[in-house]
Order: sequence, then structure tokens, then C-alpha cells
Amino acid sequence: MPAAARYGVRVDGAERAMCCRGCQAVAQAIVDAGMSAYYAQRTAMPEGAALVPPALDALAVYDNPALQANFLEAPSDDEVREVHLMLEGITCAACLWLNERHLAAQPGVLAVEVNFSTQRARIRWDSRLTRLSKLLLAVAEIGYRAHPFDARERDALMQRERRVALWRWLVAGLSSMQVMMYAVPVYLARDGDMAADTETLIRWASLLLTLPAVLYSSAHFFRNAWRDLRLRRAGMDVPVALGIGVAFSASVWATVSGSGQVYFDSLTMFVFLLLGGRYLELRVRQRAADALDRLGRIVPAVADRVADWPRQRDTEAVPVASLVPGDVVSVAPGAVLPADGVVVEGESAADESVLTGESLPVTKRVGATVTGGSINVESPLLVRVTQVGQDTVVSAIVRLLDRALSDKPQVAADADRLAGRFVAGILVLSALTVAAWMLIDPSRALWIGVSVLVVTCPCALALATPAALTAATTRLARQGVLITRGHALETLARVTDVVFDKTGTLTRGQLTIEQVLLHADADETECRALAAALEQGSRHPLALALLAGQVPASVVASRHHVGSGVEGKVKGRELRLGAADWLANWCAASPIDVPPGAPGEVRVHLASREQWLATFVLADSLRPDAAAAVAAMRALGCEVHLLSGDQVGSVESVAAALEIKNCLARATPASKLDYVQQLQRNGRVVLMLGDGVNDAPVLAGADVSLAMAGASDVASASADGLLLGSQLGRLAETLQRARMTRRIIRQNLGWAMVYNAAAVPLAALGLVSPWLAGVGMAASSLVVVGNALRLGR
Amino acid sequence: MESLYLLIPLSVVLIGAVLWLLWWSVGSGQFDDLEGPAHRILMDDDVPPDASASARRDPPDA
Repeated sequence: MPAAARYGVRVDGAERAMCCRGCQAVAQAIVDAGMSAYYAQRTAMPEGAALVPPALDALAVYDNPALQANFLEAPSDDEVREVHLMLEGITCAACLWLNERHLAAQPGVLAVEVNFSTQRARIRWDSRLTRLSKLLLAVAEIGYRAHPFDARERDALMQRERRVALWRWLVAGLSSMQVMMYAVPVYLARDGDMAADTETLIRWASLLLTLPAVLYSSAHFFRNAWRDLRLRRAGMDVPVALGIGVAFSASVWATVSGSGQVYFDSLTMFVFLLLGGRYLELRVRQRAADALDRLGRIVPAVADRVADWPRQRDTEAVPVASLVPGDVVSVAPGAVLPADGVVVEGESAADESVLTGESLPVTKRVGATVTGGSINVESPLLVRVTQVGQDTVVSAIVRLLDRALSDKPQVAADADRLAGRFVAGILVLSALTVAAWMLIDPSRALWIGVSVLVVTCPCALALATPAALTAATTRLARQGVLITRGHALETLARVTDVVFDKTGTLTRGQLTIEQVLLHADADETECRALAAALEQGSRHPLALALLAGQVPASVVASRHHVGSGVEGKVKGRELRLGAADWLANWCAASPIDVPPGAPGEVRVHLASREQWLATFVLADSLRPDAAAAVAAMRALGCEVHLLSGDQVGSVESVAAALEIKNCLARATPASKLDYVQQLQRNGRVVLMLGDGVNDAPVLAGADVSLAMAGASDVASASADGLLLGSQLGRLAETLQRARMTRRIIRQNLGWAMVYNAAAVPLAALGLVSPWLAGVGMAASSLVVVGNALRLGR
Repeated sequence: MESLYLLIPLSVVLIGAVLWLLWWSVGSGQFDDLEGPAHRILMDDDVPPDASASARRDPPDA
């Protein structure tokens, strides 16, 4: 750990090495928070305790037995519980170690196991001594987040898949090593060097060791090939199974009859190489799936139901699934609305950007309809549920998504089609060879037929595509582009049109201060500080923009006026921040005169009793790399489009800034999908970028799609990949790499073809000895794999 | 050359034993996490939590 010296933290009197600044900060925070003392004397809990109430409240839902049934392992003992946690916020191994140790130190915890590769923890605890919410809080205290998840199905499946693949590969590897040990002396021996019975013994030993590689390690090749044949299509597994089957049967016959040639060494080596490639591919795929999982936070859907409204307003946490129309739920500021409904009490604003693409929150008063999945931003609301489950707006979008997924253009697998023709060709060729040799020299016919089959062993062909895809996928993942579906890279290389969503994709999806217009003799820094002080504690996007980077001063007599603004006293000055007409009635000075703003801009004004101080111009600003990304797309020869659910004005201003001619504003999920399908009908290949729930159907319907990091779950699940870190700049690189991948796959296939074209005639003429066939096969595979590895650089 | 009659069958048995060993280690999850052990060995875990640590702590280095 070379960087240790730079990021050191003094813990328990000893210098501890931290791998990065993040870990250093956390470790320092743990020490500073008196966490060390916390272990020894639990009654003290000095600073840690102050953190508890809000966080513990939120986590308490995890103690609900009905919810726990969804993710707890079946208890082996009445009091012992076991759960799998997905850890979030992990940047390095030191973080995992910290979590492991911290959790193990909690009272009542019996066992903790943290897997560094998957960043998951398995915890067993005594339910008499602690509760799950306390364990989650313990993780939260050291700066991470943990989510329980159901490991029984998908995860257990993934683990089994991984173990089986590894075990198959190891068996083939061990078998090939030992068989090669036996084969080398036979190759090196000159005539007469080796006694006949010694060679027979070696053949039988090789046969015995090849058995596990063929019967166990390659079993699934045979199964898949059989399935393909029954479905009357020739996948890549057909030639593989054929090659293994023929080489093995011929070698067994040669061993039993004591004549001809054995191919045990080439055969086991082939299986070993192929399984190695498949294992790596599996790991890459599972890692991508994992990263996807982590992004979609698995928060249990819990709603606060007010059981007996309006007589009393005590809330109880219930699973969202058990809500029925007519229930009244309380929605705290910052919380997601659990279902569609009507506001019955309170005034607030709802952020619907994820559902509609609209960048500004919409004011909600009593009687207004609210949509499940939107976020309550200002103040608490009581909502009467009108629609649940299948009837909600979100479900309707998800249904549209299902339809789009089923309509998705089918991507024909080039390699598979090629393999089909290839297999047929080889079979015909071998048959012809055998027939021809029957006429010339019947005693050599069978062996020459076999050597044609072996020398054409489709190893290079089978490895050509997956090796290139794996190398490219790994490389892209390192750069923050996560490809989650197999066809994505092949389709990306053919993209002709790129369609962007606006809010959250080309723009940041959050307001930022673009400009501060000062009135009178106000000071900009001071005005910003005053605005931040007034807005502290609010989760409204306007407030978040004003608060960014500020440490707000204290405020007294703070009051929110929904739809108008906020008032309060800062440093003894009575101030108001909000809409111009609301301030004009209150401020003694004459109304200010500011030039009209551009569409998509929001203006809030700051004033005291006596004078106007400043006007803040806020907008959902473009991502810094948006313009460069759009230009790069054009340079790559792609047509650029913009689809948004936002107002016409703000869409047009973004389109103008980026010089995008094809744009559509106020688009619904259905009209976005229509637009893309229209393009597809004209023969265009569409890449879609989006982030919201409203983008999900079109992400699924496009030929290939990428979701931004932090996109809604349903959007990331329907996309073919994710742009981690939301770096649009990576887009051009991704397309270039996809094109390079296509080029390399073609080179590989070309090479495999050339190799076969050269080797087959030689084998058919009886000029290829078995060891030469083996060497040729291995060399052609190495060329293919080596070429593919260029993609990883 | 006669020794080969013993050595070759012996090697087959030996491979069988190694296979069994591998099967056991894969099944017990030793290959599930190939990164963790490399890091674990670097991090001392045997220092007991110290109650007075916060009193003795120094300001951060960076």
C-alpha cells in the first residue's frame, strides 16, 4: 500500500494506513465521534447518540416482522437471525474491513462475514440482544449505508453458477495439465524409444483423466447443443460439442483398438481454454448485474398510514402493498409518495421530474392530485389514496415498458449464424474426405476424416466473439460505462441516431445559481449567505440550489409560504425570499425592474423591509460535458435528437444551446416511444439516453440504451447499460470502442476462416499429424484471444 | 522403464486426490472472494478496542 503514508489516521494510538481520502475522513470521523469509547462503555455514547433519533426512526421499519419475512434467512434458532446486507458507499478494501470489524463489535452480533468481491455482508445476531435497525444504524454511523436484501433467490443462484463454472474449469485445467504430461514423451519419443505397452498404458491413463473433462466439464456443451438441434438452429455450442464428441470417440476407439491416433491432449486443452473464457465472461456479467443492483436501492416500500383520520393522526408503518383506496397516508418532506392520491391536508410542492421530465416542482394544495413515485419536497402532506398497485400512473408506465421490451428489435447474433453454416460445411467436407479416401486407401479413411474434424475444431471461432466482448466490456466498466446486456456492444457499433432526454441527462436535473443580480449596494457573498440561511432545512430544489456550498447561519421566526417564498430573521434583520409580487406587497421600496428571463429560468428575490437586495437567477444548467458530447456524436456521424417532457421554452433553450434541430417538448412516455419507433421504421439504429421513469419505455424500445447513474430503478433496469458518474464525455469513447470491438470480432472471425481454409485441405490430403493439428488449434485460439485483449488496453 | 507401470497409475490416483481437494475448496467457498484475503492480511485486526483512544488522538495528518 504505497499511498499509506499520505492518508494516515491515528487510531488507538497507532498510525493506521487508509487507502484513500474518503476512508481517511471516515476513520477520522469514527475516532472523533468517540466510537472507540462507545465499545468499552456503552452507557456513554456521547456524540453518536445525537445522531440517533431521526435515523433510527427511519430504520425501524426494518424491524417490522412482516417486512423481515421478505429478506431474513430462515431462522435456525428461535433467537438467532441472519441477514444479507448490501453495503453502499464502499470505495476500497479498507472500508469493508471497517464495516466488518465495526459490525462484529456490536453487542449481540454472533458472526459477520464481508465478501470483498461482491461488497456484501452476512450477519448473524441474537435477537434478544439487538435489533436489525440497530445494526443498520451502526453501519450508518461510520458513514456507509446498508440495505438488507433477499439473498435466497438471485444471489444464491449467482453464487452457485459461479462455483459450478469455476469447478468445471478447474477440472478441465487439471485434466489437461496431466494429459499433456503424458502426451509430451509420446511426441518426443523416436520410433522404438518407447515400448508399445508403455504407450498403451499412457493412452489408458490419458483416457481416464480425460473422462472428467468430457463427461463433467463439457456436459453443458452437449446439453446446449442438443437443445439447439432440437430447436433446429445451430448455435456456437453445436460445433464445440461436435468437435469434443468426435475427437473423444475417435481417441477412445484408438485406445481400445490399439490403433490410430489419440487427441486427448488437444481435447482437454480446448475444453480448458473455452471454459476459462466462459468463466471470465460470467464474472464480468455478474459484476455488471451487481453494480446495477447496488444502484437500485432496495428500500422496503413502507407507507405511514393514518389509521383514523381525521379524529387522530397517529401513524403506523405499513407495507405499501397493503394500502387500499381510501386510506390516508402521511408523507414527510423528502419522502416518495407511495401511491396516487388527492391531498387532504397540507400544502407543498411535488417533484415529478422523474415521472414527467418537468424540471420544476409543482405546487400541491388541498384537493390536488398527486402521483405515486413523485417526491414531496416542502412540507408534510396528508394524502387520500385513490389508486394503488396496477392502477397507478407508475404501473401504467411499467406496462408500456413491458410492451416496448417485447417489441425490441431482435439483434441477430452474427457469430451464431456463421457457426451454423460452418458446422454444415465441415460435416460435408469430412464426409467427402472420408468418401474420397475410401477409394484411395480405406485403412486411412477414418483417421483422416477425424483429423479434418479436429483441425477445424471451432475453437477460434467459438472464442472470437466472447473474448472480444469480454475484453471490451471490462475495459468500459473501468471507465464508468457499465454494459449489462450482451447485445449492447454490437448494436452500439451500428448506431446512427442518438436521442437524449433533457432533464437529468443533458442537464444536471437540479437547479443551480446561474447569476446573482444585485440591487442597491448589496454584497453578493452576503446575499448568498442570507438566502442560504433562510432556506436551510428545506428540500425544495430552489432551496438546495441556494444552499449548495453554504454553511447557513442561524435563522429565527422562519416561516414557509407555499408557492410564494420564505420569511425569517437572520442576524436581527427581517428578510423575505421569494416571488416578486409577494415581496412587492411587503417591501417598502418600489418594485424592482428586472429584464425578463430566458425560458427555463427561475427567479427568486431577496428583500428586507426597507429595500430589495438581490435577484437569484436559477436554472437547470447543462452538464459541463453536454456540448462536447453532442458535438462528438455528430463527429461520429450520428444524428442527434432531444426528447423531453418539460415545457416547450426550457426544451427549446437547451436545444438552441446545443444546436440540436430535432427536438420534441412536452413528450409523454408513449409519444417518446412513438418518436423512436418512427425513426426505427426508417431504418435508423437508435441509441437512447435517459434517466427518469418516463424514459423507461423508450429506453427499452430503442435499439440500445444507456441510463444515467442515479436514474430511477425502472429506467436503469430497462436500459442496456449505465453511465456511472453521469459522464456524457464517455459516450463518444463508448461508441468508438464498440466500433473497435466490431472490427476486432471481424478480424477474429476472418482469421479463424483463413486458418481453417489453410488447414482443412492439408488435413484432407492426410498431411496433418495429430500433434500438428493440436498445435494449430492452440495457436489459432491464442491469436484470437491475443487480438481481443487489445480491446482491454 | 518398469517404474512407469507404477508411476503412471500413481499419478492418476494423485490427480484424483487433487481433484477431490479442489472440489472441497470450491464447495466451501474459498474461491468466492479472491480479493479479500489479500487485503485482510495487511490490516491488523488483533488490537482490542481502546476506551482511551479518543483522549489520545492526534489531529489528522492531511
